[in-house]
Amino acid sequence: MALEAEEKTGVRRGTVIPMRGNDAVAYAVKLSRVKVVAAYPITPQTIIVEKIDELISKGEMDAEMIHVESEHSALAATYGAAVGGVRAFTATSSHGLVYMYEVLWWAAGSRIPVVMAVVTRAIGAPWNIHVEHSDILSTRDTGWLIAMAENNQEALDLTVMMFRVTEDPRVYLPGIVGLDGFILSHTVEPVEVPDQELVDEFLPPRRQPYTIESGAPIAMGNIIPDEAFEEHRMDMHESMREARRVIEEAGREYGKLTGRDYSSLVECYKCSDADYLFVGIGSWMGDAKIAVDALREKGLRFGALRLRWIRPFPWDELREYGLEKKAVIVLDRSISFGYAGPVFLEVSSALEAKPSMVGVLAGVGGVDVNYEDMVKIAEHVAGLVEEKGRVYVPALWYHLGEFYPMKPGPLPTRKTPRHVNKLLEELWSKKT
Amino acid sequence: MRRLGSRKQRKSRLRGEMVLAGSSPSRKDVLVVEPGDHFYPLSVAAPGSMGRTGSWRTQRPVVNAEKCIGCYMCWLYCPDNTIIMREKAGPRGQDVASIDYEYCKGCGICANVCPVNAIEMVDESKFISQS
Repeated sequence: MALEAEEKTGVRRGTVIPMRGNDAVAYAVKLSRVKVVAAYPITPQTIIVEKIDELISKGEMDAEMIHVESEHSALAATYGAAVGGVRAFTATSSHGLVYMYEVLWWAAGSRIPVVMAVVTRAIGAPWNIHVEHSDILSTRDTGWLIAMAENNQEALDLTVMMFRVTEDPRVYLPGIVGLDGFILSHTVEPVEVPDQELVDEFLPPRRQPYTIESGAPIAMGNIIPDEAFEEHRMDMHESMREARRVIEEAGREYGKLTGRDYSSLVECYKCSDADYLFVGIGSWMGDAKIAVDALREKGLRFGALRLRWIRPFPWDELREYGLEKKAVIVLDRSISFGYAGPVFLEVSSALEAKPSMVGVLAGVGGVDVNYEDMVKIAEHVAGLVEEKGRVYVPALWYHLGEFYPMKPGPLPTRKTPRHVNKLLEELWSKKT
Repeated sequence: MRRLGSRKQRKSRLRGEMVLAGSSPSRKDVLVVEPGDHFYPLSVAAPGSMGRTGSWRTQRPVVNAEKCIGCYMCWLYCPDNTIIMREKAGPRGQDVASIDYEYCKGCGICANVCPVNAIEMVDESKFISQS
């Protein structure tokens, strides 16, 4: 049966293996024939590199693993290897990503294709290892392509795709594949692993604009006139725009080969005929889909629009699906303090704030948000729209079942316990 | 390290020609260098690629050829390659240091490393008032 279907459609099924999201990324790296991996361990990313190390030591993967002393060095080594002329990969999370932030700019500005997995996690202080999007969204303006997986299968597929897109001469920018910490990274799901022949067919030989070699010195990242610098930035912007087309092409071809189509920068779930729309990124958009079904049973026509790509930004798609809606609820798992969630700000500008819009801040620091919470959020917003006609709330916190608009407040805060204050006072008096 | 293509292929890297390199072109992970139509922040090292940096100088190193022993320490340490050693040009037939003031930024490292104090740092204002 399966073989017959394959003959008809040209789709070649791979092997289904239950695995964690991190393992899925590691397999994608192996299938993409990556030659150099440099990384530093950080929860929840560590498994990716451990798995790659295991594949190398078993002889299943032919690559060099560089153990470095920090994330700054991890990306620097990856970037160096990539400039040298091989497919190179690194992975990180949270504090690690923030620590390598400078090198992100170097890799993008040098126009060198590199692929990195970011397993999303909150940034301290205080310490927190759970899912949040403040780390990945802090890379928004660096010139890296950014994709965000909803499930483990997509984490694998997007990683393979990212190599092809970043190595396209129309793009030549590095790329990040995001997957949610623990929710995907440590959760086992069945993942269809494509055959090596299929990936070889899909991924052309590595292409890059230049290489460094001994005996033929070139200077990189040198000082240039301000006007030339501005033109360089304009060229990066243009390439990011071009990347849209490259992603669509690559996604379509990947779909033909595997049966999983990624030709769109967004995923639309029942959003064409919807009155209301959930918009967001990452794994919890899976819960949003369940919520959409539940809400439709209750008579509220909801849809879910997941941004699979954050950079390039799916501007056209968002306007196509979002402009005519009664209300758009943007789910943000991170906050730009003093204003709203980053995804809300992006979506709101693309939609020119035309529909009613509510930016819901939830799940920050890994606080559990399930489809029932989303149903509650949806009903609350639908109620607001019914009551007031048009609403525009950039920041509406949803915390443990309660709603807290940024204005007028008040927000729930846990005060420092009295005995801690007393202790601090004592310490202070001793000091002075 | 794997050599990527022949010398001719390497030379054409930056000129915009597609180059297939590597020992076994049938393999899928072989590298293709294809510049594409972009702006790359690259340059080839050459004298004065940063401009005439001699204008940055506030102090000028002046070599006393009598004292110079031709040890090459200044030549070794100069961060800008502006020490030019003249072979057997010293008064005692020794190699002697001279300085390319077009690019010397006047950092003073040469004066510092000189074992016989043959290089003196002189304020640039002295040279302005003389002319």
